[in-house]
Amino acid sequence: MEGHSQYTPKSGFARWLERRLPILSFMHDSFVAYPTPKNLNYMWVFGAILSFMLVAQIVTGVVLAMHYTPETTLAFDSVEKIMRDVNWGPILRYAHANGASMFFLAVYIHIFRGMYYGSYKEPREVLWILGVIIFMLMMATGFLGYVLPWGQMSFWAATVITNLFSAIPVVGTSITTWLLGGYSVDNPTLNRFYALHYLVPFIIVAIVILHVWALHVTGQNNPSGVEVKNIKKETVPFTPYATLKDSVGIVAFLVVYSWLTFFVPNYLGHPDNYIEANPLVTPPHIVPEWYFLPFYAILRAIPNKLLGVIALFLSILITAALPWLDTSKVKSASYRPMFRKEFWLFLAVCVGLGYLGAQPAEGAYLWFARVFSAYYFLHFLVILPLLGKIEKPEPVPESIEASIVRGETSHV
Amino acid sequence: MTSKDAAVKPAEPSRRDILYVASGAAAAGAVAGVAWPLIAQMNPDASTLALASTEVDLSAVPEGQIVTVKWRGKPVFVRHRTPAEIKAAENVPLSELPDPEPDAKRVHKPQWLVVVGVCTHLGCIPTGKEGEFNGWFCPCHGSVYDLSGRIRSGPAPTNLEVPPYAFITETKIKIG
Repeated sequence: MEGHSQYTPKSGFARWLERRLPILSFMHDSFVAYPTPKNLNYMWVFGAILSFMLVAQIVTGVVLAMHYTPETTLAFDSVEKIMRDVNWGPILRYAHANGASMFFLAVYIHIFRGMYYGSYKEPREVLWILGVIIFMLMMATGFLGYVLPWGQMSFWAATVITNLFSAIPVVGTSITTWLLGGYSVDNPTLNRFYALHYLVPFIIVAIVILHVWALHVTGQNNPSGVEVKNIKKETVPFTPYATLKDSVGIVAFLVVYSWLTFFVPNYLGHPDNYIEANPLVTPPHIVPEWYFLPFYAILRAIPNKLLGVIALFLSILITAALPWLDTSKVKSASYRPMFRKEFWLFLAVCVGLGYLGAQPAEGAYLWFARVFSAYYFLHFLVILPLLGKIEKPEPVPESIEASIVRGETSHV
Repeated sequence: MTSKDAAVKPAEPSRRDILYVASGAAAAGAVAGVAWPLIAQMNPDASTLALASTEVDLSAVPEGQIVTVKWRGKPVFVRHRTPAEIKAAENVPLSELPDPEPDAKRVHKPQWLVVVGVCTHLGCIPTGKEGEFNGWFCPCHGSVYDLSGRIRSGPAPTNLEVPPYAFITETKIKIG
């Protein structure tokens, strides 16, 4: 996209570098002059918050790796050593563990923001799919990291998740054995999970770069869902406008993150994970971390092993098809009266699935989980394709400028 | 057919084309050859494959009790069944079973039931003497096993696995 200003190297060194590697003008175009729609609301700060969280997780993770030992007889004790002996150890560990939760909180808001304002629609399909890939890599990283403390929940999470692959006909058991490096979760498993937990975040960094690249090619969506027509009138430069607004968002987010880390660091954890892994005893009630609960509820809702596993993976993959499942030409929910209701209903179903995933899989809980799971898939496969055909959208403003004149700049 | 179509009609493959295909195939073979050890290193190593067998002294297990022993890193349940339990396990009609198997096929001696203690759903350890049939109940996702370790309800697809074992003496078995 055309920017607001042109970079002109001022020093002799900058001129020298610019002719050899134009990185300074690239950074200027991407993070200073880059035009951002001027009607963006605070739902648009989560991209910056997520970038911040990715860096925070990598920094705290690298320093924790300096004290952690990925060996079954030592792993649990090395984490306890971090908690007791290592300088600032408890804060670093709590910041990393709660950082994972905050990362997922931010990504869920970011995803639902995209759903509400139709940010996945033409021409942002590739941008959206890259986001789905990042989300899946985040889930893998979160799971791998959860295994490392080698508590009871770590061990049984590793067992249950790797056994998901045993549902695959014919080759399933061989795949599970290959993933585990043995016939049960043991030292080879822990060792490779550690290696991968260290690797995948850097793959996420690479995909995030593609994600931002794709974003800067198409430009940001905005609350009106109307594309930018006049850069001078309808956008403001990224710096200082978006930079400062994002900073406000990050500070507000840090308040919640700090409260979790410093005041209730174990609020989102499970006490069972402070018991060392015991391959001979499964805790009576195993549940995943909160950010996996909706998917866990879908897995358990289906009384057939293979179909349950397929539904679990499909529930994540289906979001990648969203740009083609939503048939409405109108992007923003602000002008889609029926979709607006459906959006909140769908959000409630997702939260409901999260609640049900934490409950025992029996009786009324199980039946609600089945109804909600069915609704989850209906939303994508039936409701969204039909809604675009039957819904009569409200008049869409001609331009961002027109929507601002109409007084629709929502300062959320 | 126009004369233009005839013009783009591919000629006979040249010697260079054959070189391209041959070197491409060689490169693909080399990539596969390099990938193989990188993937295969994740499979169980020699020490894991050297599966130790486990001996269990049955005289220490009183009637009605279950002991758990470790074999190949997994728990194995050895259950000393009471006459009433044996009867209950034998009298189940096969038509009631999701994975039909008669009790007699799952034991060497009716009073001793030996099964791998890993739920066939997602690998949790079921709890003994619980569930509708007083066999086992899996706390993770609610699978119920009977007194023969057979799946009766819940998401698990198959019965608890019977490991290979043999009686060395009247009161001692060797698993594996």
